[in-house]
Amino acid sequence: MTAAKSSATRTVPTYLELREELSRRDRSLRDKVVSLEEAASFVHDGDSVGIGGSTMSRTPMGMIWALIRAGRKGLTCSRSIVSSDGDLLFASGVCDHIVTSWFSQGILWGVSKVMRHHVESGKAKFDEWSHMAMGMRFRAGAMGVPFLPIRSMLGSDVRKQRPEPVEIDCPFTGEKLLLVPALNPDVALIHVQRCDAYGNAQIDGLQFMDVDLAIAANKVILTTERIVSNDQIRRAPDQTKIPFFAVDAVVELPFGCAPHECYGINEPMIRHMEHYVGLVNKEPVEGMAQYLDQYVYGPKSWNEFLALIGMDELLEATRAGNSIYDA
Amino acid sequence: MLRAHSHTAAELLTILSARQLSDGQVVFAGVGIPLLAATLAQRLRCPGLTILFEGGVIGAFIEPGKLPPSTNDQRCTKRANMVLGSAEVLLLLQRGYVDVGFMGGAQVDQYGNLNSSFIGDPMKPKTRLPGSGGGNDIASLAQMIVAMKHEKRRFVERVDFITSPGYLQGGDSRRASGLLAGGMFRVVTDLAVFGFEPTRGRMQVISLNPGVTREQLQDNTGFRLEFSAHPGVTEPPTDQELKMLRELDPEQLYTA
Repeated sequence: MTAAKSSATRTVPTYLELREELSRRDRSLRDKVVSLEEAASFVHDGDSVGIGGSTMSRTPMGMIWALIRAGRKGLTCSRSIVSSDGDLLFASGVCDHIVTSWFSQGILWGVSKVMRHHVESGKAKFDEWSHMAMGMRFRAGAMGVPFLPIRSMLGSDVRKQRPEPVEIDCPFTGEKLLLVPALNPDVALIHVQRCDAYGNAQIDGLQFMDVDLAIAANKVILTTERIVSNDQIRRAPDQTKIPFFAVDAVVELPFGCAPHECYGINEPMIRHMEHYVGLVNKEPVEGMAQYLDQYVYGPKSWNEFLALIGMDELLEATRAGNSIYDA
Repeated sequence: MLRAHSHTAAELLTILSARQLSDGQVVFAGVGIPLLAATLAQRLRCPGLTILFEGGVIGAFIEPGKLPPSTNDQRCTKRANMVLGSAEVLLLLQRGYVDVGFMGGAQVDQYGNLNSSFIGDPMKPKTRLPGSGGGNDIASLAQMIVAMKHEKRRFVERVDFITSPGYLQGGDSRRASGLLAGGMFRVVTDLAVFGFEPTRGRMQVISLNPGVTREQLQDNTGFRLEFSAHPGVTEPPTDQELKMLRELDPEQLYTA
């Protein structure tokens, strides 16, 4: 094996390494319910962390909040599209490397000054892939294969800037294809609308890349709006998107995506987002420090954080969230 | 009666780019003006337009006054035909089910390459921009309509970074790089509408917007303009178009 190949294999585990990692997990049918603080201890310094949801939707904000409070360091985080979750991860010092297709707070607010501050100064890395490439990386990880071929990114500087993908001539057609490496995060953080104590998880509405992410990861922490009985899960098994044996911890965390959206539960809490963006895009360092003190380190619990967002905004976002089911 | 000047540049851009769509097409739309323009076309002329979003939506039908803050929000799904995973909807694009890709751009060059990643040297960027999202996938795999503000710093000879490929270095370079389908079809700005000369893949003016001269257009463009054989004058926005647009975006979320 050449030196180049052996360094490339570090990007992707061998099949036996992948199987070995899985065989070490306790996949028995057991109660996995833990507190938010206990769940944070499932993530270790230096881990690669896959984050569910996309942009401001079904972001596991409560779990990220707990990791910041627990003082994790050196995480590499991957997600389909990153919003203010990435700002918080960089600025808190929890994560210095984000792998995604798009990273800013949202199109309504221009370019994130927090992302810019960290990336332009070289304090942190932002690896850019196309959105489909992110999807196929998680999918390859979920399939137990080292790569998948795609037909985008070819010819672009997005492709040229990434050392990992490999261009090949297809052995069947001779066409050029780009092979993107599997992504098997050490741990995935996913928020769902409901699951049982074993981790059978039901996702309403947009799934994004969460099913692939859950199956690809070597450990899965679920936060959920509600823990329901296994009987209730069995009444609608077609709604179950993640099987219990892929799940390692379950945390009941109502409004666990706040201030982001959770489909059918709440729309984004836009006033809080605007307050946040106003603060950090004016002063990416001091503004962010102020936000972290006030909203992340300050409150004693997640419920106290929700109280800081305020009842008016919470109810307004809930009413809008529930309205998806109106005729 | 609405006057020709009683609209914003973003409103003009939305209306002109909406006109590029035809009934019956399947269009993959990005957030912002593309989403709004596709919805406008759907309400005015193209009831059979099928709108796809990268969040995982097929057949979107956006409610007036309830524009989503991204293409990944629940508002995108209301009254849609189908909700599916993000990878699945992007794979439909790769399979070839999408007629038109529709997006915005921060910077474009004469070959229709788009940059939404870096301003300045990518190794030591002056500004790190948000990046591709689905932009690279859409531009790699579908016929493209791009809607963007016309400014000299945005219309450059060569983009600082090719995020979403147009015709790359022109000629056969797009195909040679392995991009076998799709390509730039239209660039719509608040000053003009552009097509692409087929053999060289170079941008050409198809029509000037009302009141815009060739000189003005050249002054606001960072490369030498080429004009098609008989460039026309764009029809100004109609009252009907403006009225519907303002019903869709009453708070001017995307059209301020």
